[in-house]
Amino acid sequence: MADHLLEVRNLSVRFHTAQGVVNAVNGISWHLDKGETLAILGESGSGKSVSASAIMNLIDMPPGEITCGEILFDGIDLLKASVEDRRRLNGKRIAMIFQHPLSHLNPVYPVGWQIAETAMAHGRGKAEAYDRALALMERVGIPNARAAMAKYPHQFSGGQRQRLMIAMALVLKPEILIADEPTTALDVTVQAEVLSLLEELKAETGMGLLMITHDLGVVAEAADRAVVMERGRIVETGTPHELYYNPQHPYTRKLLAAAPGKGEMRSTPAAAAPILRVQDLRKSYGGFQALKGATFDLHAGETLAVVGESGSGKSTIARLILRLEEATAGCVLWQGDDLLTKSPRQMARVRRQLQMVFQDPTQSLNPHMSVFQIISEGWAIHRDIVPKVQWKARVAELLQQVGLEPGHALRVPHQFSGGQRQRIAIARALALEPEVIICDEAVSALDVAIQKQVIDLLGELRNRLGIAFIFIAHDLPLVGDFADRVLVMQAGEIVEQGTVRQIFDAPQQAYTQRLLFAGLDADPDIHATRRSARLAMARG
Amino acid sequence: MSTPATATVPMDSPPRTGTLRILSMLWADKLPFAAALFLLVIVACATFGPWLLFEVADDTNLRLRNAPPFNMEQGFAYILGGDALGRPLLPRIVVAAQNTMMIAGGAVLASFLIGGTLGLIAGYVGRWTGEVIMRLADVIMSFPSLLLAVIVLYMLDASITNLILVLAITRIPIYLRTTRAKVLEVRERMFVQAATMMGASHLRIVVRHILPVILPTLLTIATLDFAFVMLAESALSFLGIGIQAPEITWGLMVSQGRQYLTNAWWLAFWPGLAIILTTMSLNLLSSWMRVALNPTQRWRLETSATSKGGKSNG
Repeated sequence: MADHLLEVRNLSVRFHTAQGVVNAVNGISWHLDKGETLAILGESGSGKSVSASAIMNLIDMPPGEITCGEILFDGIDLLKASVEDRRRLNGKRIAMIFQHPLSHLNPVYPVGWQIAETAMAHGRGKAEAYDRALALMERVGIPNARAAMAKYPHQFSGGQRQRLMIAMALVLKPEILIADEPTTALDVTVQAEVLSLLEELKAETGMGLLMITHDLGVVAEAADRAVVMERGRIVETGTPHELYYNPQHPYTRKLLAAAPGKGEMRSTPAAAAPILRVQDLRKSYGGFQALKGATFDLHAGETLAVVGESGSGKSTIARLILRLEEATAGCVLWQGDDLLTKSPRQMARVRRQLQMVFQDPTQSLNPHMSVFQIISEGWAIHRDIVPKVQWKARVAELLQQVGLEPGHALRVPHQFSGGQRQRIAIARALALEPEVIICDEAVSALDVAIQKQVIDLLGELRNRLGIAFIFIAHDLPLVGDFADRVLVMQAGEIVEQGTVRQIFDAPQQAYTQRLLFAGLDADPDIHATRRSARLAMARG
Repeated sequence: MSTPATATVPMDSPPRTGTLRILSMLWADKLPFAAALFLLVIVACATFGPWLLFEVADDTNLRLRNAPPFNMEQGFAYILGGDALGRPLLPRIVVAAQNTMMIAGGAVLASFLIGGTLGLIAGYVGRWTGEVIMRLADVIMSFPSLLLAVIVLYMLDASITNLILVLAITRIPIYLRTTRAKVLEVRERMFVQAATMMGASHLRIVVRHILPVILPTLLTIATLDFAFVMLAESALSFLGIGIQAPEITWGLMVSQGRQYLTNAWWLAFWPGLAIILTTMSLNLLSSWMRVALNPTQRWRLETSATSKGGKSNG
């Protein structure tokens, strides 16, 4: 078993925290060969990033502690090498890219300088370094690379920033590139582009690519082999094909079952009367038009999905309807009245009927309030919903309804996991007995398995309480088995709308098709066909 | 990158009632506990000191001028020595605690309330109201605070009330600017928008959602400012426009003892020590409070409170 490019043997890392010792990874072993892509797949807290951090010497010690194991690279055990030696390896022979490129690019230097700096830090001349930077920026597909070198990080889009990070990582022609959730923060179409760029670069340079991800789609699309991690242990190793069609471990099966897009599509219910009519809604910031006239209806008990890339104006619609921002033009008819012309006092009364669940429950729940206070706050504002003596009982009931325990009422939000927090946010929305709940990327920040639980919960509530949903998402597969109708948005306009079946089976617009093909499916075989379809589209 | 440490958040035992819980947390952290104890003693001195000891403190005995400390022959009152007029230092420090605390406490409380309220308005309402308030703060800040105090106290008589007033005015911008900056940030947070979504009134948003987030910061500043105001008061007293004898404050005692520093250091040292210990206790307690008041950090203290003999998590 010799001659692997990189080999991790029996690595155990633990962290000393105030609650005692946490075993982050427990005796894990894996290896990476030349020209291979290895994916480490796991949910948050599974320890998937820890081994990469150990390789790059990024673990803070203390509180971290590497208890045993070795990391073999080029015949050396990295864990026994001196700090000086490891620094010479890091960046030069082993490079790393991260999830949020913006926080890893220095905002006050031009990007060309930053890329060249890596080369200069490792002893190249200035002219040579700049030439290399230019060549790399061209290679990773930054348009107009020579001019772009003088620009600053904030002047690039998210996908371009990730390309810049990749260019920076490749400056010294590393033998190993570690990518920690490289595409999680990106739109689906951009995600596919970045992944294929990584693959091309890997083929060109013959480097080994270590991809850390929580996304089964990324594994299916890009990995040669995958390692599945659960709670600090490797539960299964195999090719994406084996893992998908013949999963051995129950955890892998659970993950696969949770992957969205496999349920039956909903058939459209009989058309009820529209409760919310949005007509020619517009919003501009200065000269920039964020929303260029949106017109659609929402029927009672219906789930309307709004899908589009970031910047397409899908969140703007929600914020305008709820008057978190003022619209430039248009009207929003709620039960015949225009919401946009209501006074703040009138609006406050209507708000209980229209509730919202935000993307990040960590931020949308007040950290200083207990769960009881959070859920009951709406009743303190709208006093006619639940009389005060029944608050306690009703909170307990709501908590049970969203799958939490009544005893959780006295805790504060940070004592819960991400998925539980989102349940609290849903309970808060339900407390006001609304007719419409707007979910703004409500499950995007959650792990797949938890995502599925929350979606199931929403579906159950929809069936039981007849609430209508506006479900804003960038993830098409997710929408496929949850929504009744879909709006597709691009650059502030609704480019296509129809029932789920129409959109998924017969998309009319090229943009919709691109969104569909770019969406990463957990099935590796589907990927092969989609990839060829994408290539055909790019050529045509 | 998320370390697994953040994933395992403690699910603690059912919480005890607020005050008791805070007290048990305080008991577990020895240093802030000692600070709180010391402050209690100071407050007791300030409350009962003048009532019990004023006679003793004002009793001049010229035979004991600049009497050295740690000499029990003259009775316990003279344990810290005597001042230039032979008055016992310890009772004087105890008696002076009242004026000192009243001036510092009054000035801090007034500037805290006024500055905090104006800051909330400036940050939350914004537009021209906020602009006007901010420019007013700029005016106060651009005027040297000591000069302002000198002018005002020269024209009005140097009573405790006027002293508090002047010191309060000069400290208002500190709270105002901090509050405004925090409000501007907090009001954009998601949970404030979520409250708006529920139809919460402005008052409710400010009181229930914004204030609890910024209060720990303001309290920390207030405790730090307490020390500053005490020193400013002693500077004014030193210039002769602050507190007038026979009223006494620690600051005044320090300035009176200054000329004897070479032959009777204890005249300035003991009141100076009282100032230092008070401010240090306040700082210790405030940094402990900052953690204790924050629900996302409180567990650090709670875990050390539940584990016997736990070390502090400063």
